[in-house]
This record gives sequence, structure tokens and C-alpha cells, in this order.
Amino acid sequence: MKIDEALIERIVRQVVTEIMAQETAGQPDAGLSEGAGGNAVGGGGYVRGESAHDVDITEDITSPEVKSRPLLDHPQDPQALERMMRLTTARIGVGCAGPRLKTQTLLTLRADHARARDAVMLDVQEEVIDALKLFTVQTRCRDKNEFLTRPDLGRRLNDEGVKRVQSECVMNPDVQICVADGLSSTAVNANILNIMPVLMDGLQAAGVKVGTPFFIKYGRVAVEDQIAELLGAKVICIFVGERPGLGTAESMSAYLAYNARMGMPEARRTVVSNIHKDGISAVEAGAYMTDLIGKILDRKASGVELQN
Amino acid sequence: MGDASTILSVGIDVGTSTTQVVFSRLTMDNSAGYFSVPNVSIVDKKVVYKSAVYLTPLKTDVLIDADGLRRIVAGEFRKAGYAPGDTDSGAVIITGESARKENADAVLQSLSGFAGDFVVSAAGPDMESLIAGKGSGAWQYSMDHHCRVVNLDIGGGTANVVLFDDGETIARGCLDIGGRLICVDRNGRITRVSPAAVVMAAAAGVAAAEGDRADERTLTAVTEQMAAVLECYLGLDDISADAEISGSRPGPGRHDGNGCELAARVKTPGSSEFSCTGGIDAICFSGGVADMIYHEEMDIWKYGDIGVLLGRAIRSSRLCTAFTVIHPGETIRATVVGAGTYTTTISGSTISYSEDIFPLKNIPVIKLDEQLQEECFEGRTDHIIGRIRWALGQNDAERFILAMKGRINPGYEEMKRAAAAIGQVMDAVLPAGEPLLLVIESDIAKAMGQLLRRQPGMNRQVVAIDSIRVEDGEYVDMGKPMMNGMVIPVVVKTLIFG
Repeated sequence: MKIDEALIERIVRQVVTEIMAQETAGQPDAGLSEGAGGNAVGGGGYVRGESAHDVDITEDITSPEVKSRPLLDHPQDPQALERMMRLTTARIGVGCAGPRLKTQTLLTLRADHARARDAVMLDVQEEVIDALKLFTVQTRCRDKNEFLTRPDLGRRLNDEGVKRVQSECVMNPDVQICVADGLSSTAVNANILNIMPVLMDGLQAAGVKVGTPFFIKYGRVAVEDQIAELLGAKVICIFVGERPGLGTAESMSAYLAYNARMGMPEARRTVVSNIHKDGISAVEAGAYMTDLIGKILDRKASGVELQN
Repeated sequence: MGDASTILSVGIDVGTSTTQVVFSRLTMDNSAGYFSVPNVSIVDKKVVYKSAVYLTPLKTDVLIDADGLRRIVAGEFRKAGYAPGDTDSGAVIITGESARKENADAVLQSLSGFAGDFVVSAAGPDMESLIAGKGSGAWQYSMDHHCRVVNLDIGGGTANVVLFDDGETIARGCLDIGGRLICVDRNGRITRVSPAAVVMAAAAGVAAAEGDRADERTLTAVTEQMAAVLECYLGLDDISADAEISGSRPGPGRHDGNGCELAARVKTPGSSEFSCTGGIDAICFSGGVADMIYHEEMDIWKYGDIGVLLGRAIRSSRLCTAFTVIHPGETIRATVVGAGTYTTTISGSTISYSEDIFPLKNIPVIKLDEQLQEECFEGRTDHIIGRIRWALGQNDAERFILAMKGRINPGYEEMKRAAAAIGQVMDAVLPAGEPLLLVIESDIAKAMGQLLRRQPGMNRQVVAIDSIRVEDGEYVDMGKPMMNGMVIPVVVKTLIFG
């Protein structure tokens, strides 16, 4: 799916300008609603005559600054509320309008949801794949819709992909690294450029034989098992974008397995999760994985077996 | 996760008047799941043994009797049931007026070799304030109640003050105000008047000199003056507010002498300016005098000093009416409990180090400010080299720790530039064979450590740890790796001697 972001931005800007022009014309003395939409309305209920927009439409309501502002009217202890809000990304301190969400909360939820959908539906940027000099293969899924509805097809490369991997990759590496879009292309876009080089350089410096990395379109975690078999890799490592929640769409994980085989138990996978700017940073995760792969090769085990 | 480790930590506080020992057990555990990047933290702190409170053995007025101290400590190890080699970490802190260079050397000699990798250190007044505030429970209270708590640790020679706001240290300071600034013998004669007490007596308009009869009224005037200085120190110096609250006329010499000016005159050398803006919610007292603040002691000469009178003066001062008074978990033992329990921290769980280099002791910290850190990540070295050379010239150390805040979520290219810059800087300022020691606040040390190790021509040992905050001029001890090598125990201290 291709999106012309410049076009979208142009449309949004135009609409915002029009609405603002209308507002100024319609309410000469009220002016634009002041501050973020938190303007107190008594008791959190609907107030007749209240401005139709309690949201400042010039701000990005999904930004951390706007989200950190309490919307609750008349909190008993405003400082305590802000402290609590700092501790969680959950939507607390948002107040309500009667029995329902306030307009701003609802819009923020929908905006976050839209962002999560984008992460799932969009493709990984080609510049990112090119920058890492990866070639691309595809699973048996023919399009995004099939990828989402048929998990089984996302766990196998298509015939062309199998041939390409066999012809282009170094056989029998100590470690084979691949990247899949998984359920968040946003996560791959955000992290892969920083983690791949750290890991590749680190492994090379440690004298580990690293295979030819490549990118898998419409790939799920277990496709790594087939690849490990195809290439005879001792350790397989796949980077996958994690299913986004409403908090972050940028979380990526790495799934590693020693001597992976199709149909093996999931317990044999070692996972490094939460790779994103607010979790473990990409470069630090890459450094951690360098040592982790060394340990997996050394112990000839992964997953639960590695812990014992 | 079932693989928690514990360390036995000993705290020894050698103060102006008393010496104490406590043993604590610190439990650390990996709170991340098996399938996440490890995240080890100290999950439990328990004091397992408290010694009696001993009078600090002295050779002269100010010189510690090292042999006597050694006997006390050896005896307490025996009573607690531990052998010297059992402790993994700990701190001896020499506080108050005892904190002199010659004392530190003597204590170091008498206790080193006594307990393996035991950390022998001395606290400056600022650090002592912080340790006491943590040991008393004021720090915990500020977090539990999300409020601003000041801890006043009043001992024999000094009053150590720290202000916490929801667990954050806002201000620290120390004044030469304490219970033993004036000592009295059994015959009711004054045997000692410290210089700070002379200042206080003069401001109160009374005379107190060695050999004088200890007059309760006179000495009460001195201790009230001390309490007034503490009031000013905590921002209660507004005369009109005073008149509003108490409705009383100003006490003798209380306001015409300007308490804040007096506070500056008795400021303990080496301590910070205590600047507190934004109000105080609660006050907590610890130290020996605290017991006399919380409980009325009828026998005013019980301890042969002005401690009882000082406690009384503080109890009836505005310190106890303007703020909510909270009761500490520890009073006289606050500093030693703090020393044994709160001085050891642990590094982040993704770090990089050379084996066999630990323990490292008393390594001075040179910290890059924001500007120099930016230059580091841009790969520029000249200013950083200049800064480090200057700092090394100040304290003629050979080894040092390079510290910086570090960036959050840095890119690989900037990391490579920074590693190359650090490698070059170290080659310019460190003699061959000295290790490269790096402490970063943000969680990037493992990546940085690996990059440093791969710098061309790198033949130094490398230690890169993170999630530890140190400041320029502090000193750091690092113990042997723990939890299967995931973390390093670290003691950060401010070592201040004249």
C-alpha cells in the first residue's frame, strides 16, 4: 500500500485552516479555544453553549506533551494526578463527559488506533531495506489481507523465495539473520538501521560466521525455522515488528533459535523483546544480542534449554 | 525468578561522638522475564544486626584511636556471627568533626586487611546528609507520601540537612551545630567550647568559656540561638511571619544578628549551600539529639554536653510548628543504617567489562558536561582532552572514570563516532596499560563498551557500565560482578578532606 504523505498533509492543513477561519468568524469574541481542550466544564458534564471544539486542533493530540496533560476537571490533588500519569501510558486522568469519554480522549484513541493500523497495513520503507543492502523474498501470502488472515502462509517462503535464498545466501553459517515486516512495519523502520550494523559488526569481531542477511515480506516468526533448514544455519535470528498496541507501534523483537526445525516447540526460541526508544534502545539491544548469540553457540541451546 | 543473590553489607559510622556498626543484607533479583533483556535491581534491604552505640575511641580531642576502633569493629563482627571475609560490600564513613585526613588514613590502615574487599571510605558532609536522610526513613517517606521532606541529622558536631522531594534530592547542606559543641564535666564546669559555639554564644549575647560554671539559662540561650539558625536555614527567617505565628517578641539576639548570616558563619567546610525553594511539607529529625527532641529528658547534664538543651530548644522552636513533624525509623543510627544499606547500588544489566579488573577503588570521576558530550558524539576530541588534562592536573590521579549522561536511543553512526573519540582521548591522556573506565547514565554502555574494545590499536582493559549517575569530582568503587556477571555493585562517594 502506497500513501502520498505530502498530499495527506496538504489536505489536513487546508481543512484545519478552513475550520480555524470559520471559528474566528463565527465567534468573534470567544476566539480560538484556549489551551489544550482541558478547559474546565463544570463537573465533567455537558454544558449547553459550550464550544463545539474543546480540542486545540493545531496541536498533535497523540504527542507525549498533550497526552501528559490531565483532562480531569477539578482534581483533588493536581500534582499527584500528574505524578500518577507520568508512571503509566494508560489513559488515566482523562475525566469524562457524562458517562462517556471527552471529545479529546476519543479523538486521541482514534488517532492512536489509526497509527496502529498504519503500522500493520503499510510496507517497510524500501530505502530502509536498500540501505542495509538486503534482497527481498516473499512468503506464500500474496497480499496484506492474506497475510493477516492466513498465519500459516506467513510461516513459509513461496517457491521463488526458496530458490532465491538457496542461490544467494552463504550456506551453513553460524548465524543467519533475517528481517520480516511482521505486524508492524513502523517498528522495523524505526529500529532496524541501528540494530543490524551493531549486530553484524559485533558478530564479525567475535569471529562468528554470519550468513547473507535478507528481508522477508509478509513474514511471521516461524518462517525462520524453514530458513534455518534451507541454509543449515546453526543459529537463526529474525527481527520482527510486534503487533502494535495503542501505546507504541515501534516495538520490535528478535527471535533466536539454535538448530531450528520446522514444527519444533516454541519453547526453543529465545526472545529479545521491547526494542524501541522507550524500551531497550536498538544499539544496546544489538550489543546484548552479540553476547547472547555467542552464548547460544557456546551452549548449543536456545529458549528454555538455554536457561537451565 | 528464583536466582536472586544477596550481598552482606556492613556499615561503620565513626562520628564525632559515637561509633556504630550495622550489617544489612541486600537482595538483588532479575525482574525481567526469562525472555526479555535482563533488568537486575536491588529488591530488598534488611538490617540484620545493629551494634551498641559506642563512644568513638579518641587519642586526643580530634584524633581517632585506630586500635580501639579496630577492637570495637572486630568485637561486633564476632557478636554478629560473621567472619571478616563474609561481607561483600560496605562502607566505613567518618563523619562530623572526625572527618580529617589523618583520621581517614588511620582508620583505613586499621580496618583494611581486616575485611577483604571491604570498602573503606569517608563521607563528606553532603554525602553524610544524604546517607542520614536515607537511613532515617525520610527519603522513603517523601516517596510514600509524594511530598517534600527535610531530614535534620543532628549529632555531636554537625547538623546535616537534606531535602527530598518525592525521592529526589533537592538540596543538601551541613552546619557546625551539634550537642557536643559545649561539653560539661561532672562538677558542672564547661570543659570544651568549640569555635562554632563561641559564634553562637556571642550572637546570643552570653558568655560561655572553658572553666565557666555550666549555667542552664546561659547555655539555653546558646541552644536557642542554634535552633534559630536552623529555622533561618530552612527558610523560616521572616520576622513578621514569626510574630504572626507565635505572637511573641523576638528572643534575645534572635533576629538582630540575622540568623542566615550566622548560618553562613557556621557552615561546615566542604558542604554545599543549602538552597531550598518551594516549601517544605514535613520535617524529620535523626542523630543523637533527635531522641531529645522527640522525648523529654529530665536530666539535662546526662550526656555531659548541651545535647539535651539543644533538643529542648528545637522542640519548642518553629521547626516543630511550621512543618509536619514525622517520626523516623532510626534516630541515632540513621547514618550508620544509611551507610550500610544505601551506599551500594548496582549498575545496569547490559554492560561491558574486562574480567579480573575488579575490585576498583577510589577512582575519581571526570564528567563531560552537555557541551563536551555533544562534541564527543560528533567525534571532536580537543576540548575533551583539554578538560581531562586539567582535571588530572588538579588531583594527580593516573586512573579516572570518564562519565557522561549519554544519549537516549542513539544511532549506530553517532555511537561509532563517540567510541572513536573516546579511544583517541584516552590514548592522549592515559598512560599505556591503564584501563579505560566509562560510566554512562543512559542505557548504552554495552554497545559503547563493545565498540571501544574494537577500536584499532585498543590494548586496554575496558569497563563500560550504565544506569549510574555520578558527578564530577566524586569517587567510585566497583566490586566484583554479581548475578552471573550481569551487574557490578557500585559505591559512589564524595571524598572531601582538607
